[in-house]
Amino acid sequence: MIHASLAELRAALDARTISSVELATLFLDRIDRLDGQLNAFITVDREGALRDAAAADAAIAAGTAGPLTGIPLAHKDVFCTEGMLTTCASKMLTNFVSPYDAHVVARLREAGTVMLGKTNMDEFAMGSSNENSHFGATRNPWDVSRIPGGSSGGSAAAVAARLTPFATGTDTGGSVRQPAAMTGVTGIKPTYGVCSRYGMIAYASSFDQAGVFAASAEDCALVLTAMAGFDERDSTSVERPAEDYSREIRADKPLTGLRIGLPKEFFGEGMADDVRAAVETAVEQYRALGATTVEVSLPNAQLSIPAYYVLAPAEASSNLSRFDGVRYGHRAAEYGDLDDMYRKTRAEGFGAEVKRRILVGAYVLSHGYYDAYYLKAQKLRRLIADDFAKAFEACDVIAGPVSPTTAWKIGEKSDDPVQMYLSDIFTLAVNLAGLPGLSLPAGFGAGDLPVGLQLIGNHFDEARLLNVAHRYQQVTDWHQRRPALAE
Amino acid sequence: MSLSIEDIHKIATLARIELSGNDAEATLGKLNGIFGLIEQMQAVNTDGVEPMSHPQECAQRLREDRVTESDRRDAFQRVAPQTEAGLYLVPKVIE
Repeated sequence: MIHASLAELRAALDARTISSVELATLFLDRIDRLDGQLNAFITVDREGALRDAAAADAAIAAGTAGPLTGIPLAHKDVFCTEGMLTTCASKMLTNFVSPYDAHVVARLREAGTVMLGKTNMDEFAMGSSNENSHFGATRNPWDVSRIPGGSSGGSAAAVAARLTPFATGTDTGGSVRQPAAMTGVTGIKPTYGVCSRYGMIAYASSFDQAGVFAASAEDCALVLTAMAGFDERDSTSVERPAEDYSREIRADKPLTGLRIGLPKEFFGEGMADDVRAAVETAVEQYRALGATTVEVSLPNAQLSIPAYYVLAPAEASSNLSRFDGVRYGHRAAEYGDLDDMYRKTRAEGFGAEVKRRILVGAYVLSHGYYDAYYLKAQKLRRLIADDFAKAFEACDVIAGPVSPTTAWKIGEKSDDPVQMYLSDIFTLAVNLAGLPGLSLPAGFGAGDLPVGLQLIGNHFDEARLLNVAHRYQQVTDWHQRRPALAE
Repeated sequence: MSLSIEDIHKIATLARIELSGNDAEATLGKLNGIFGLIEQMQAVNTDGVEPMSHPQECAQRLREDRVTESDRRDAFQRVAPQTEAGLYLVPKVIE
């Protein structure tokens, strides 16, 4: 059961081979036994999970179960969960019991899922390694001396180690796709606006988008269908009819005639040999499946790093001004006047990387620098989005690497923000343009570390993207490989 | 471009984050590294390019001007550091 797909879990629950309470217990016990090695969870809620599971069993008995009823999940600790600790992996929120549910959490609750707990992450989703957590780094199940990627590293590690069948994440600059790649799971970030940001603690609001980690594209499609949907409480939630993201998978749509664009800038310098070998083999596999490949160009892609690291911190500096020790979260124990309270509260509550991004953001928005940095970066954002629009005239999906390397050692880049930022080169452009992106396991590099293949779709093309990943997973078994954890 | 230690103190003041002398020095080094990366932007000519603030450039939705939320003040104030009689308490700002 631990390794079963969501469809298999559904069948087993419906056939009463296992109850939801038994299934939840199986995963909760596994978390108890194995998470000491990984630190993937910040909070485990056995009591709540068993309560959800009992309700799911009642729904199954009553014949009112949906596709996800009774199936366990974990939420990244960036999502507000009513009555439960929601920390964003920050000291600032170590005492924050959310008074409401995020829209995504509510949607999945209504779908009858069973919440096992909340997963570790980089503080306020700022990081690419999951080392920036007040609760300590999460470790990669494939090699516990290595990072799982970030910022949704806890969710990725938990799914990879089968501590949960699936988990939510958020992707502002690659935070679903990169940890999915580094832990050998499938992860999708939909088009900006598909999942509501309501109750998802904000980092950079014009980039933030919820996503999902699971063992396969087929599983991701089922979860995304339940998570997505219009929400009037998020002013950027897109008003579109509800979609069934599994429809192309179910229709068994072949890839014959599919045009895959290969951006020449993604296949040039800057990709490790082992990553390149896996990605090129995967592309070859797609040709064997009937797809054709065409070279495309994203000439401004390399500028996505500076553009992103201006715009996202600018938005963060504004968003995180809400953490002032007045309405929620940490407040310094000793202070003088109000201003001193703000300064001490924020100095104590935020970690080093969060402070750096707030300071960068405050600087680029400050008088005299706005045009040179913020406005300039917004112009580059336009050029990058235009590059994609042009590329999609010649292809249906774009393929390339997710991360230039496989997972690095814990501590290797943690003191060097520039090196850390440079590792985001292949994921950031997608967020700048607001496009959907997916990472799927595509083999292993040196040291038996997972490599991901990135697939990028045009706006709202998730169903196709998921099917393109699914067809590959029908002829490969990379997504079924599991790390060997010491029991 | 290179930031000075005065710049760091000025930004920290704007951001309401207290920085000790040692922290300010360390921050200066890190931020100068980051701005070294950011400076790459200046090499690109963006004359005449319309800035893009958001991936979806649609107008804000409007709604009717009527009350839709229920009063949840108690629930929201339960997570506040200090409240009294439904008010948030902060140090005195007006003498």
